[in-house]
Amino acid sequence: MTDKPAVLELRAITKKFGPVVANDRVDFDLRAGEVHALLGENGAGKSTLMSVLYGLYSPTSGEILVDGKPVSINSPNDAIDLGIGMVHQHFMFIPVMTVAENIVLGNEPVKAGAVRPVGILDRRTASSRVQELSDRYGLAIDPDARIEDVSVGMQQRVEILRALYRNARILVLDEPTAVLTVQEIAELMAVLRRLKEDGTAIIFISHKLGEVLTIADRVTVLRRGRSMGTVPRSGATEQSLARMVVGRDVIFRVEKQSAKPAGPILTVEDLRVLDDRGLDAVRGATLTVRAGEIVALAGVDGNGQSELVQAITGIRPPVGGRIEVDGVDVTGRGVRAAGTAGIAHIAEDRHRIGLVLPFTLAENLALRRYRAAPLSRFGWLNPKAFFTLAKRLLGAFDVRGGDPGTPAAALSGGNQQKLCIAREIDSDPKLLVAHQPTRGLDVGAIEFVHSQLIEQRDAGKGVLLVSLESEEVRSLADRILVIYEGRIVAEFPPDASEEELGIAMTGGTVAAA
Amino acid sequence: MKLPPSVSRTGRALLVPLTTVVIAFVVAGLVMGLTGTNPFKTYVSIFDGTGLNWLFPWVGGQTRTIASQDLQQTLVATAPLILTGLAVAFAFRAGLFNIGAQGQYTVGSVLAIWVGTSFTHMNPVLHIVASIVAAALIGGAWAALAGWLKAVVGTHEVISTIMLNWIAIWVATYLFQENGPLQGKQALGNPVSNTLPNNVHLPVFWGNPALQGLDVGIFIGLAAAVVFWAIMNRSTLGYEVRAVGHNPDAARGAGINVARNYVVTMAICGAFAGLASSVDVLGWQFQVSTADISGSQVGFLGIAVALLGRNTAIGTVAAALLFGALETGTAADNINASVINPELAPQLTLIIEGLVVLLVSTDLIAVRLLGLPRRLGLGRPEPGADLAQALEPDDAAAQAAAVEGFDAGPATTGL
Repeated sequence: MTDKPAVLELRAITKKFGPVVANDRVDFDLRAGEVHALLGENGAGKSTLMSVLYGLYSPTSGEILVDGKPVSINSPNDAIDLGIGMVHQHFMFIPVMTVAENIVLGNEPVKAGAVRPVGILDRRTASSRVQELSDRYGLAIDPDARIEDVSVGMQQRVEILRALYRNARILVLDEPTAVLTVQEIAELMAVLRRLKEDGTAIIFISHKLGEVLTIADRVTVLRRGRSMGTVPRSGATEQSLARMVVGRDVIFRVEKQSAKPAGPILTVEDLRVLDDRGLDAVRGATLTVRAGEIVALAGVDGNGQSELVQAITGIRPPVGGRIEVDGVDVTGRGVRAAGTAGIAHIAEDRHRIGLVLPFTLAENLALRRYRAAPLSRFGWLNPKAFFTLAKRLLGAFDVRGGDPGTPAAALSGGNQQKLCIAREIDSDPKLLVAHQPTRGLDVGAIEFVHSQLIEQRDAGKGVLLVSLESEEVRSLADRILVIYEGRIVAEFPPDASEEELGIAMTGGTVAAA
Repeated sequence: MKLPPSVSRTGRALLVPLTTVVIAFVVAGLVMGLTGTNPFKTYVSIFDGTGLNWLFPWVGGQTRTIASQDLQQTLVATAPLILTGLAVAFAFRAGLFNIGAQGQYTVGSVLAIWVGTSFTHMNPVLHIVASIVAAALIGGAWAALAGWLKAVVGTHEVISTIMLNWIAIWVATYLFQENGPLQGKQALGNPVSNTLPNNVHLPVFWGNPALQGLDVGIFIGLAAAVVFWAIMNRSTLGYEVRAVGHNPDAARGAGINVARNYVVTMAICGAFAGLASSVDVLGWQFQVSTADISGSQVGFLGIAVALLGRNTAIGTVAAALLFGALETGTAADNINASVINPELAPQLTLIIEGLVVLLVSTDLIAVRLLGLPRRLGLGRPEPGADLAQALEPDDAAAQAAAVEGFDAGPATTGL
């Protein structure tokens, strides 16, 4: 491994945005046929470094070498010409075009006799070339399917194929597993191994330690824009990597006392909810959450979790059934009624639902209570009260990276989530609905979120945790409910095995625990 | 040319529209130069025509008298532009595109003149107020229709407001045309409304009322800008409007009734446009003809005013003053005929206004000139989508920098 020459070298890359140093003399090298993971917290400078590599930013100083020769990369086209391919976290497709059309876009095969730029797209050649590539790397795709009709996992394979179609020898994957199911992650890993054998060099950006240890040959850790060093996988442990990432020891096992549940706080009976397309998403779900316990709802994504949460929190009116919070019927009464009854909601998508990103931190923190004194009186806002509230919550929840007047978009993901949690917990709810509360967060922030959930439980609140991470479910929950096709199909104690859970989550039957 | 990091956010926000205006003037100057007119002399002549030279203390005598009349004209033209600008800007802040200010203005004109010429025995002050309020209410109702259609059946407000414009224009034409139900008794044979009695005119406080001196309409415009600012930045309603404008999903998640918000927003927009019409009708028109209705552009200019003013109260006032001044400065009887053919001058205003709209809505050139970061190649966010979603949700520093300098387009800019 070590004897292979580096195909890519980044030397002392520094990137400044005004006074902010996003990358500080970062060194990084990549050899043919290896997976080199880039690990770091949100805001550590991973994406900035890759944007420099891909020509989206020009570095303030430093040097990029491809095959030992210094190069200057001023645009993504330069990067592509040098054999660098990027698989973005958020896919960029034209949804109504087919898989093959999306892949060849920008470098289309044209029918003979046509004159560029007015060529005629040779669909058959496009489709067969794409098929050929997909066979070679074992990337199962259907070249003639429309992008909007295929699964997220397949879309990602299409992104990878697009890079390979442009002859990428260096492939950058930006948090590729964030959007995938467990099954799809396993498939992706297999694909990456095959690419590796074929000599493709891969940069794998992630903050999931387990994945990094599974796939990477070497790991480089970034913290606050600086490289904390590069280590080989052999010898690295989750513990040692986590220490490099956050700069201190991280508690993986969640410390908690046994629950002392009291009476029911949330009662959901025979709830039925439709999804956006008007199809049944929740089909008669019944569950109870008691005060002082964490109930985790486990399940494969897309089994009605989102619609269930939206119905409970009042965002989406159910078509049948009943939701009661501490004896108050809130079925279909809307968000404000749910809030008044004592429901707080950590939304699954903080960018889309949890926060108004261009709003300031103070404005975001006020989102639940701007209508009441002291934040407003007779419909008029009190900016001082906004400021006071924000000062207090930013301090209490250790939100870093801005003052009350900073736009929320400027915060790192972990701090944005802290902002959401601060707002929801401060409303002193009876029930806290936490939907994927640690998605996209780094280990330090995950630790914070988990401790907050347990603190709420111990303060006598009910907590409904909806999560796709079985680790998280098993370490936090006092009871685990499994949702499958819109129904609660099984209940497990927290020490249930991953296998048992896995079977129930995929619709298999197990002897009741 | 790169901006030093010491330039504040406000400074940056000001620089883009200012650069835009400068580019527009330079391009219009090139047009003049290429067609054999001296652009420098022309601009001086236009400036003098706006009456803004009145502000220079060394201008005296006869010139000063003329300048004061010109400046009164400029401000008379500015008042309705402020109001239609606010009508468009308010919608932009809620993520809506109100192209219907012209229609809202038109229905406002009809009601202002009808109320003003009827009920002749009313107390004059009450009569003026009633006329203004009626115009604002009908404008608000007209626009609320578009908001309601969007809220209930999802009709896009661009389509519905354009259609409502035509309905308003043709209904008004029908009313005032010859033998139309509201055609004036005094003007048989002409497609004109009744004429407003003298005691229902807005009082003129500067200059000669007979020479169309400056009426109090400008104060209505300025007061509306203050109200706009207060609603937007200091009221729960404005907070909701901005939340919906930035991110309707998050607003819904926070319990804000987004559909209702669209209706209320449009109603407020329409009220501003209706006010604009009352300022014109009661301030200097005193009657409404079918030619006024089909020839008026003030509602459409409101779009340009709002865009250039970046949808803020103060920006809208400044942009309205610029457009009002241009209109007066290039008016045929204000321009120096030895510099440019007076018949050509008004076209210059249109060229400059068109360029401003084009440049503001594609503020790429100004952004480039100023060296502000804009990440091409990643694609621009959809209108209304959050800027940060188009960037990777990582790297606080990168985002901070992007938020500082990147303008997500006029529809989402809010200072």
